[in-house]
Amino acid sequence: MSGTLVLFTFLAIVAVASALLMVTRLNPITSAMYLILNFISLAGLYLTLKAQFIAVIQIMVYAGAIMVLVLFVIMLLNLEDEDALYEHIPWTKYIMFVLGAAFIVEMIIITGLAGAPVVPAMSPEAATIGTVEYIGKALYSSYLLPFEMTSILLLSAMIGAIVLAKKRFP
Amino acid sequence: MNTVLSDLSATAPITATVIVALLLVVVHSFTREFKTGLYWMTLGGIFIGIYLGVVTFHHTGYAFNNMLMIGGFASLMDIFFLSAAAFTILLSRPYLERTGGHYGEYYPMILFATIGMMTLATATDLIMTFIGLEVMSVTLYVLAGWTRKVKESNEAALKYFLLGAFATGFLLYGIALIYGASGTTNLVGISENMEALKGNLIFIAGCGLLLIGLAFKVAAVPFHLWVPDVYDGSPTSVSAFMSTGAKGAAFAALALIFSVKFEFTNSQVNTVIALLAVISMVLGNVVAIAQTSIKRMLAYSSIAHAGYMLIGMVAGTEIGVSAILFYIVAYMLTNLGAFGVVSIFEKENRKNLDIEDYAGLARRRPVLAALMAVFMFSLAGIPPLAGFFGKYYLFLAAVESGYTWLAIVGVAASLVSVYYYLRVVVLMYFHDQSSEEPVLLPASGMVSLGLSAAGIFLFGILPSLLINTFRGLF
Repeated sequence: MSGTLVLFTFLAIVAVASALLMVTRLNPITSAMYLILNFISLAGLYLTLKAQFIAVIQIMVYAGAIMVLVLFVIMLLNLEDEDALYEHIPWTKYIMFVLGAAFIVEMIIITGLAGAPVVPAMSPEAATIGTVEYIGKALYSSYLLPFEMTSILLLSAMIGAIVLAKKRFP
Repeated sequence: MNTVLSDLSATAPITATVIVALLLVVVHSFTREFKTGLYWMTLGGIFIGIYLGVVTFHHTGYAFNNMLMIGGFASLMDIFFLSAAAFTILLSRPYLERTGGHYGEYYPMILFATIGMMTLATATDLIMTFIGLEVMSVTLYVLAGWTRKVKESNEAALKYFLLGAFATGFLLYGIALIYGASGTTNLVGISENMEALKGNLIFIAGCGLLLIGLAFKVAAVPFHLWVPDVYDGSPTSVSAFMSTGAKGAAFAALALIFSVKFEFTNSQVNTVIALLAVISMVLGNVVAIAQTSIKRMLAYSSIAHAGYMLIGMVAGTEIGVSAILFYIVAYMLTNLGAFGVVSIFEKENRKNLDIEDYAGLARRRPVLAALMAVFMFSLAGIPPLAGFFGKYYLFLAAVESGYTWLAIVGVAASLVSVYYYLRVVVLMYFHDQSSEEPVLLPASGMVSLGLSAAGIFLFGILPSLLINTFRGLF
């Protein structure tokens, strides 16, 4: 149990630190790198909860695909003058502080109401739900229809994107 | 494996449409200039689907682990949306050949949208509701921007996409809350626990968000802001499909989820729906009067019709739902016809889209003008057309369930609407013609209009044909 706790503490500190560094760095690429670190430590947290599938997906989708998109956008925009980005709308900063303060108060109330955090004992079913095997079985049995329908959604989106973006039509 | 096969055959109309749509994609990628073939294949596929809908009618129940309804209600929905797709295909081909954008991909896209509509309307699991809605919406976003060189079309696609994605967020959040409160996304499961959930605040909040997501799709005020620009900018054949199929499917889903499964009559959500109905009817009809473009006028009229249909949601389960279903049919036939006339009358580069352009049409093209008059009278709700009985059943449902004031607002709103519908008829018949330009009448488009008008007369004179079937469904 203590091993999990050590791991959790380590990952939690990394996650919070990288999140803070991500918003405070001025260079967008550096921010993006800290965001990746944050995603990876979150994936580690999922692993401590025995959700292997979500952990893998977190790394593949967020740290992989989404980050590539973010980096592409940063490069395409070619941001140089970061100061100009938030100097235009100073009043939003105050809203940000208000919302942040509200969130912290909320968290204090919630954790205060719940008392000391208790990690519930992992039931055997909960441990099996996170495996790829279980999710694969569910997708191909009880969730077969949504799974197949999603393929139609992706296919139509793909055809649509090609039709709209193709340069010339015969 | 056997259960999968039996499920697939139980949902035969959807299965057949999927197979035909995929076949069209494959055929089109191997044959460059085969659009006539694709056109006939699409129509053939739709007729097979409709036939399968008729065949599966008496085998009611659920398929795929209670995720889709089959038979009865589901078969009727499949038949409606496939028919709307057939009418749209008939209208589209001459329209797109004239105004540009007759690409082979159009046909599978229409079928994909139809698959989405059929899934959305018959889904009994909120996951399927979401996926069906997305299949329908994503294809419609693309279809709205189909005429790629027209600025307005690009604008329509982008607006629809951005606002639609935003509304989907509400829908998903609502589904998440409902799942959190009830522990399942399955409507059959939720409806079994309805008594315990009725007072659950999280559940009601989830229902509210779900209602917002679907109200966006049916274009009820105050979620209507996208409608005028999108209906106006999209290719007219697509507007026809959007305003009938998409609206009908979202309404069927609303009725199925809220009225049939959740039985939300006489509770908190009802007050909200009644309010939506009133402001949709009033705003839609009043703003429609001020429009000069026929497509924008029809867009606002479509908002008002969403308001009428919401009345059915407020009224009791059986009578209200059957009234909504009848209205969906009447409205689909009428609006496909009205937008069909607009698509035939429209010229290249978005010409002939003003209401004033219709002046004197009766002398140039008497048949087209007569059909337009039928559609306008039906939209206004004048007997003996289907639109009249649609409104009659809705208002009757409202009165019988104790919402007489709602029926009065509805009648008053439809009196206002008579003004702008009749203005088109007056212009066509009693004004001098505005131009001498010839109007071509494409055969397939006229077949579609003729079928719509025939349906309007049939269900206007013999409404019991449909309404008795609908009343026996639930």
